[in-house]
Amino acid sequence: MQIGIFTVGDVTPDPVNGTTPTEHERIKATVEIAKKADEIGLDVFATGEHHNPPFVPSSPTTTLAYIGAQTKNLILSTSTTLITTNDPVKIAEDYATLQHLVDGRMDLMLGRGNTAPVYPWFGKDISKAVELTIENYQLLRKLWDEPVVNWEGKFRTPLQGFTSTPAPLDGVAPFVWHGSIRTPEVAELAAYYGDGYFANNIFWPKEHYIRLINFYRQRYAHYGHGDPEQAIVGLGGQFFMRKNSQDAVNEFRPYFDVAPVYGHGPSLEDFTEATPLTVGSPQQVLERTLQFADFFGDYQRQLFLVDHAGLPLKTVLEQLDLLGEILPTMREEFAKRRPANVPDAPTHAARVAAKNAEKEVRS
Amino acid sequence: MTVSIVALSAGLGEPSTTRMLADKIVASARERLGDVSVEVVSLRELAHDITDASLTGFASARLQHVYDQVSAADALIVAVPIFKVSYPGLFKSFVDAMETDAIIGKPVLLAATGGTARHSLAIDMALRPLFSYLQAFIVPTGIFASPHDWGSSGEHALQRRIDRATGELASMLDGGGTGRTREDEIDLFSDTMLSISNPDLR
Repeated sequence: MQIGIFTVGDVTPDPVNGTTPTEHERIKATVEIAKKADEIGLDVFATGEHHNPPFVPSSPTTTLAYIGAQTKNLILSTSTTLITTNDPVKIAEDYATLQHLVDGRMDLMLGRGNTAPVYPWFGKDISKAVELTIENYQLLRKLWDEPVVNWEGKFRTPLQGFTSTPAPLDGVAPFVWHGSIRTPEVAELAAYYGDGYFANNIFWPKEHYIRLINFYRQRYAHYGHGDPEQAIVGLGGQFFMRKNSQDAVNEFRPYFDVAPVYGHGPSLEDFTEATPLTVGSPQQVLERTLQFADFFGDYQRQLFLVDHAGLPLKTVLEQLDLLGEILPTMREEFAKRRPANVPDAPTHAARVAAKNAEKEVRS
Repeated sequence: MTVSIVALSAGLGEPSTTRMLADKIVASARERLGDVSVEVVSLRELAHDITDASLTGFASARLQHVYDQVSAADALIVAVPIFKVSYPGLFKSFVDAMETDAIIGKPVLLAATGGTARHSLAIDMALRPLFSYLQAFIVPTGIFASPHDWGSSGEHALQRRIDRATGELASMLDGGGTGRTREDEIDLFSDTMLSISNPDLR
């Protein structure tokens, strides 16, 4: 089980002290948060990609490479890289470069934008979002898996005799997750290629995510990658914790009440009951998180959202310290319940080893 | 076989004339259809849940229960008050937070109350386009009740319209409908889906 954090990268006023960080402060805070994640032994840090205020992460590989240079074990990832509006050639090049720089300590999650105008801003048609996702991903795969690409599609200039550089490290392309909560085609795409599938699992009741996860698991098996329970599943989650659960509720409530996504709506109590958000003691967070596996099946990656809604950097770092304290138990409990046939989360080293083993069998 | 009907009343007052109209239509439908199970839902009681769903994008458990009942019903009766030319915002928010395909092909009887008869076209100008968008199977006769209709001279005219509309509803339930209902299955054989495993089909 890989456990980590993911960020949207929002610049949100702190409703308690009334200040708003500058973009510069937010970007630097993101780096501090990632370094802290490495320090407490988390496995993954993922950043979003957005091209509109109030979000700062428009250039994920720049930020991830900078973090990569200052961390040791952390896997750097995205949440998500826009497969619809980015040129697949540039995705292939940027992420392969990152892969070399951080010695394979990275992967990426593909998704679509959070705002409709991002399509026209990049010269794309939103009504073709699903088709763009499929075509762009099929091209991305070719760019990473084939040394010389001849390709023609609907949405991009054809390529004749094109070689994407650098080639993936050790001849193994970055592992790809597909993030989606609504679109069956994305689950099918992940299943066909044997890639990972991620449900953000933060803003809605968990029942909303189960249908596509189950669909992905069945289709993963259908395409011969293994049994349904061996499919590679990732989940989001969010918490706010303090040693004493009432302290957590009192401190988080003013942030919750005006938060960009759910503010001015349901009460904190109603929302925590209906969705995976947990506000309480570390023990409560631990118990709630372990229940995800009861509902979705044993899975490979758990990412938490910890740095949104205007929470100050100091508070976010304290949240990570608290997560660090329950981390060993969380790992142990997840490992204990995971059946032997359910695989670990993919890493570059494991995938290189698998590739070499396959080569030996052939020769 | 029992016909299941969900009657949505968007009246905001307590007591509510709109609810009273919904109850009258339900009584007439019972008479026409015989074996009927009816659930009358008052949106006023769900006002907070509807607002929350508009903001969060998901329905609370009890609001979701109502959406599930609506989708599962054989027919809907919708009764709204007319405020300022159209239905109340709360009713529109209820519809906005519902899945777009929730009532495709479902027989729907439309009714409204208003302060004067001058609002009577609101059923056709406001409600009917909304339910056309939702691809419902709309009963031709809409039922509008102004204060006048609740008096002794108006009662029969209102009752006749109600009976005509529920008669149409009964006939529609007997027939083949629009031939379209909500599709819950994931279509594995759409062109887009097939293009994933076979890029040549793109």
